[in-house]
Formats: sequence, structure tokens, C-alpha cells
Amino acid sequence: MVTYIVRRLITAALILLGASFLVYLLTAASGDPLQEFRDSSAPNKQQLMDARSELLQLETPAPLRYFKWLGGAVQCLVPFANSCDLGKNLAGQPITDALWHALIQTLTLVTGATVLAILIGITLGIITALRQYSTLDYGVTFMAFLFFSLPIFWVAVLLKEYGAIGFNNFLRNPEIPLPAALGIGAVLGVLTAVAAAGEMRRRLLTGAAVFAFATAVLLYFSATEWFKTPGLGPVVIAVAGVGIAFAVTLLSAGLKNRKALQSALIAVGVGLVLYFVLQPLLNEATFLMIVLLAAASVLVGTGIGYLMGGYDRGQSMRAAALTSFLVGFLILLDRYMQAWPTYFNNSRVRGRPIATIGANTPNIEGDFWILSLDSFTHLILPTMALVLISLAGYTRFTRASMLEIMNMDYIRTARAKGLSERTVVMRHAFRNALIPIATIVAFDIGGLIGGAVITEAVFSVRGMGFLFLDGLEHVDPNPVMGVFLCVAITAMLFNLVADLAYSALDPRVRVKA
Amino acid sequence: MAEEAGRRQPAAAGVEPVLEAKGLSQGQIVRKRFLGHSGAIAGLVAFGIIFLVAFTSVGYWGIPGWWKYDHEDVSPLLNDGVPTASLWPPAWGEHPFGQDRIGRDLFAMTMRGAQQSITVMLVIGLIAGLIGVVVGALAGYFRGWVEAVLMRLTDMIIIMPVLLLAAVMAQLAGRRDEGSWFASFASSNGVLVLGIFLGLISWVGLARLMRGEFLSLREREFVDAARISGASNARIIFKHILPNAVGVLIVNVTLTMSAAILTETALSYLGVGVQAPDTSLGLLISQNQEAFSTRPWLFWFPGLFIVLICLSINFIGDGLRDAFDPRQKKFNAKKAREAVDSGAETTAVTAFGRAKGE
Repeated sequence: MVTYIVRRLITAALILLGASFLVYLLTAASGDPLQEFRDSSAPNKQQLMDARSELLQLETPAPLRYFKWLGGAVQCLVPFANSCDLGKNLAGQPITDALWHALIQTLTLVTGATVLAILIGITLGIITALRQYSTLDYGVTFMAFLFFSLPIFWVAVLLKEYGAIGFNNFLRNPEIPLPAALGIGAVLGVLTAVAAAGEMRRRLLTGAAVFAFATAVLLYFSATEWFKTPGLGPVVIAVAGVGIAFAVTLLSAGLKNRKALQSALIAVGVGLVLYFVLQPLLNEATFLMIVLLAAASVLVGTGIGYLMGGYDRGQSMRAAALTSFLVGFLILLDRYMQAWPTYFNNSRVRGRPIATIGANTPNIEGDFWILSLDSFTHLILPTMALVLISLAGYTRFTRASMLEIMNMDYIRTARAKGLSERTVVMRHAFRNALIPIATIVAFDIGGLIGGAVITEAVFSVRGMGFLFLDGLEHVDPNPVMGVFLCVAITAMLFNLVADLAYSALDPRVRVKA
Repeated sequence: MAEEAGRRQPAAAGVEPVLEAKGLSQGQIVRKRFLGHSGAIAGLVAFGIIFLVAFTSVGYWGIPGWWKYDHEDVSPLLNDGVPTASLWPPAWGEHPFGQDRIGRDLFAMTMRGAQQSITVMLVIGLIAGLIGVVVGALAGYFRGWVEAVLMRLTDMIIIMPVLLLAAVMAQLAGRRDEGSWFASFASSNGVLVLGIFLGLISWVGLARLMRGEFLSLREREFVDAARISGASNARIIFKHILPNAVGVLIVNVTLTMSAAILTETALSYLGVGVQAPDTSLGLLISQNQEAFSTRPWLFWFPGLFIVLICLSINFIGDGLRDAFDPRQKKFNAKKAREAVDSGAETTAVTAFGRAKGE
């Protein structure tokens, strides 16, 4: 195992060396770094050109410049020496600093999108696999192909037009006319009827109920101007929390496990009490505090499950922990909604909250809630675009993987010995279907920071892609090399992780030592 | 009974054992399965129509087309360039897709862009397929140092940023004044050069897959038999192993091609792909996205064609995968028949009725 890893790492280092040499030469050859001065009519043209040549060391041939650069880059390998030197960009900023800023921007952009895409994609994939050749399956399959074929820059422009400009216009006067409410309700109802399981009558009833509920909620929102002063309130949290408790128990332990259900419900009750207790504390929130509270909610849930006990303590603990985490999320959501009117009327936002470009409103001031709302409103469009594009792959892959597993002999065995369908699907099939998905996820995480160049360009996020394109435009190899190094190293590292994870998860696969 | 069923029922993924029992060749089975895949057929028809219209309407390589405008012709603005085509009453009109700000016909431009995208896609498919097969076959068949060298080369290319190579290419093609043969070729055939460049880097995934196929196939008995009969390495590779790996190859070439279209449009959008004055679907979108509120059609039609081309290729690829994938046999025959016949639940009855009624 160790031999294998060491050998892989050495090979990776050699590949990186070769590829970085090529990339350096190509970047140097990709254009004329003095082009912008050649076309200019500035009187000090010659001086500017000399200064730029000096800065980029254009007198030295590119291969030699590469080895100079390499000499600086190698120092990054010395731990704790803090002598990492990847050169400077044209503005004189060290590349290591620029990379750090760009990395943070890119990660905030892609992390949420990737997590969402993975969660939704896997869920959809499993549902479609379980109900193969149903209308839902065909619908999702078609949508997956459609999303797969969408150019992201096109989606981005559409989202900007309808998701930002259109929605902002709607927020100015948030009234939903009756026909629109009926229409949206009808669409939701039809979708539910198509997606729901069971015979026709039951589906129609579910669809009709959703239609009535959605229309009523929309009309209520319209009448009370909910979109201007949104909020959940304890009642909605309580109702939704009970729903979550039942759903979580159904999936994780089965409703027959009364102890688990009771633990989940108690967790909801505790959450409701905490909702009132925590409000003053939340007013002073920081990011660290939210993380700690999230961890605490999981701990509290686990504790409740442990105290409830029962013959299978683990199941109660899991159900309660998951429920309390989700209820905690609802409380957080409610607090964000409380901050919404302040954000909406902020002098910098001026009633147009959904932003089309950038990563935050310039010069905005406010507490934690205002600032994070500001990031959310900037992140929402790129996130939607990225989720749409990458959702399809996960859905298709999970479906294929799950279908293959469901045809395995051990699934038949599990059914034959009388296990409930929930146990068969969640315990036997799902966990095994996750093995190939885990490797795909590892691959994708490896490609994460380099994979959003176009999205960053469309939404003007100054991340890794921006750094790369900017370097390329000015024929400056240093930023290009910096981005390339980061992207290549993470990609190769996660490739290794993917291989190791596969052999760790599936004992039939052994890495060749 | 089994033979009857095989003859009477329409081709379906679920009834392959029957088809094989009739002694059909692998090619016939695959063809039958593919033709039974409604999504793939729809994709094929859609792609065929787009291909024909795109290449005949505005002409190609100097051959004139039937459409009255060229993508560079400027004509007076009619009704501020609003599209004249309408679904009901069905009408085509002077400028079916509308005109841009200076009066160029959008239909001609979109068709020219579609030509470019399809050309790039085919060139990439061809080049990537060829290199991928050769590299994968050599690495998988000979193992040893050949494999080590070729696979390290693959690893190296896989981490190269596509954007960088495209930028280098755009730069080289842009140097028209230098008069080298490459520059003059590139400036007149920009899109071909782009396709070749992209092809030269998109073979890596294919090579890895083909290597895997060759690694497993070379251990099979029929390869041993061929070797004992005195077949040369080349003969074993091309006559014995490659035909067995052709399914994986075709499917993945198709998928590479559908990804290639998106790459080409994205590169053109970023300004390093097809260069003005020539046009491409990505370039059209990038030029016109600012005008979305005033002339939305300039944005809708090129995007629609990207989606249509890519979607049809994806459906064809899916159909091919189902047709070539032997695991399809595991499926429940009834369910598969429902699926393949029409894509809706209700038609199981029709399929049954058809089989009975004949």
C-alpha cells in the first residue's frame, strides 16, 4: 500500500514537472506580451515596453525563464520555511497572495454548488432507478440530457435576465395575481402527481392537495407581502419539524421503530424551545458561532437518541441527530429571513437584492446576517447555473449504479429473507451503489477549482479562472503557472484519493502494490 | 415459440436472447436494438435535419446554398429586425430568425455557426477517436514500457488546460502577416484548425478506456488461439481485439463529440475559438448577450441550436450505449419492451396488440 502511494506520488511529480514545462512554454508562446504597447500612441511607448520586458524578463529565452521560475517554486516544498516564490503578477502582487484570494473566491463559489448537485443528483438517481421506466424516470432522464447539453454561458445569461432582473422587479411590488397563483399551483400539482408513487387515484389526490396548498400559500404570501418581510415563525417551524422528524425516521429507522420516532419528535420540541432561547444570542452571531451551534445541535440530537435508548440505540441517535440538525437549519433560515428587510432596504442594495455579477456588494456594511445575506444573493445565480449543469452527470451515474446493484444476487437474498423494502434499499443497495459514486465525487472535487472558469468569467467572480484568463490575456506566465499548479496538484491528489477510496470501500478491489 | 416471438415482436432491449437464438450477427443485434431506441432515433432524425439545413442553406466551401443571404451580407433592417417566422399561420418570411443591429440575417449566421460547430465536432471525433484507439491499443496490448510511456503522456495531457492550448492556437492563427503556411491555412480554415487542436488533446479519455478494454480482451482465449495460429500482432489488434472493443469506442466517441460542441462554443464565447469575421454559435451568443433586453432573438436562436445539436448527439450516444451494452439483457423483458417501444407506459398495450395483430 505504502509502496503504491509513494510510487504514484513520484510519478505524479514527474508528470507535473513535464506538464508545467510545456504549459510555461505554451503560455510564453501564446501571444505578444508587448502587443498593448505596440498599438498605443503614448509618447513614452518605448519606456513602457522596456519596463514590461524588464518585468517579464523577456530577454531571457522562455525555457531558461522556466527554470528560474522552477527554482522559486521548488522552495514551496520546504515546509515552514515560508520562502515560497511563484513570481509576481504584472501589478507586482506575489502570485502566492493572488492565488490565495482567488482560491477563497472560487471555493465559496463552487463548494455550495457541488454539494447541492451531489445531494440532489444522487437522490434523483436513486428515485429514478427504483422506479425505472416510470413517467418520472423518463422526465428526469430527459431533463438530465437537456441540462447536460446546456452551454453554461447561455444558462447564465438567462438566469441573469429572469432570475435577477425579473425577480428584482417582482420584489419591488410582490403581488401574485390569481391566475399566476393558480398556474404555479397547477404546475406543482401536476409535477407531484407525476412524481408520486402508487395508483392513479392516489396520485391525483396528492396532486390536487398540493395544487390547493400551493395556490393558497401563494395567495397568502401575496396578500401579506410575505416576500418583503419573510419569516417562518415558531408555528411553521413546528409543523415542518414534525414533518422532518417523520421523514427522517422513515428513511433511517422505519416508522415501526417507535423509540426512534419519539427521539426525533423530542428533538423537534427541544429545537422549538431553543428557538426562543437562542434569539438574543443569534443577534450577536459570528460564523464560528453558527458552526459551533450546528455541531451542538447534532450533539443534542445524539444525546436525546442515547437517552431514549430502545433496543437499537444507534438508530434513535441517528434519527434524532439528523432531525435536530435540520430543525436547527430551519431556525437559521428564519433568522436570515428576519434580517431580510434590513438588507433589502440597505442603501447599497436599494431594493434590488439578487446580484448578477461579483461576489459581494462593494462597501456594504452590516452585521453577520447582512453580510452573509449579501454573499448568498451574489452566489445564488452562479450556484443555480453550476447545479443545473453538473446535476445531470450525478443523476445518470447514480441511476446506472443503483440499477446494477438492484440486479445483484444479494439484493434478491435480502428480499427473500423478508427484509423490508426500506432496509433493502437503504442498507443493502444504496450503500453499495455509493462506492462507484464516491470515486466520481472524488474526481469532481479534484477538478473543482479549475472547473468553473467560464462561470467565473460570466459572473465576474475574481477567482482562479479569472486569474488564469487575465494572465493569459497579458501573456504573463506567472499567474497561469500558479493556477495550473494548484489545479493539477489537486486533480492528481484526488485521483489518488479516488483510487484509494475505491479499494477501501470495496474489498474486492485491491490496489497493486 | 421463441423464434416466433423474435420474428413478430419489434426489436427491444429485453428480448435479445431470442434475437441471438435466431443467429443474428452482433452487428444486426446492435442495429436492431439501436433502431428500437426511440430517443436515439429522434436524435438521429433531428441531427440529420439540422445537418442538412445547415450545410445546404448558406453553402459550404464556396458552394452556394439555397438561402438568399450569406452570414456576412448586410441588408436594410425590416421592422427593426424582428423575426418574421411564425408558427401559426406557418410563415417563413424575409428574415425568419430576425436580423442583428447592422442588418445581417440571423438565420444565415446561425446556420453558418451550426456548420462550424458540426465541423469542429466531427473533426474532434475523428482525430480523438484515431489517436485514442492507437494509443490505447498499443498501451493495452504491448504493456511494459510502451504502456508506461504512453500512459504517462496521457496523464500529462489530461492535466493541460484546454483554454491555454486554444489561446495558443488562436494566437498562431491570428498571425496572418507572417505568411507561414500554417498561418495562411489557419486564417482561411480557422474552425478546422480549432477542431484539430481540440482533437489533439481530447483523445486522452478515449485512450484510457481503450487501454482498459484491450487489457481485458488480450487475456481472452480467442486471442491466444489467434496467436497460436501464427497471427501477427497487427492482425490480432485490428482483426481480433478491435472489433470487440468497437462498442465502447463508438459510444465514447459520440460522448466526446457532444462535449466537444460545448467546448467549442465556450471557447468561442471566451474569444479564443472561432474568430470574427467568421461566426460560430458561441461567438454569436457572446456578441449578442448585451442586447438581450432589446433583441432577445439574437440570443435565443444560436443557443437553441447549440442545445439541439448537443441534445441529439447525446441521445444518439445513449441509444448506442444501450445497443452495445450486453448488460441490457438483465433487464426485465416486459419493462424493456415498454421502454424501447415508445417511451410511455400506456403503449405497452399497443406493442402487445401489434405483436398479436400481425
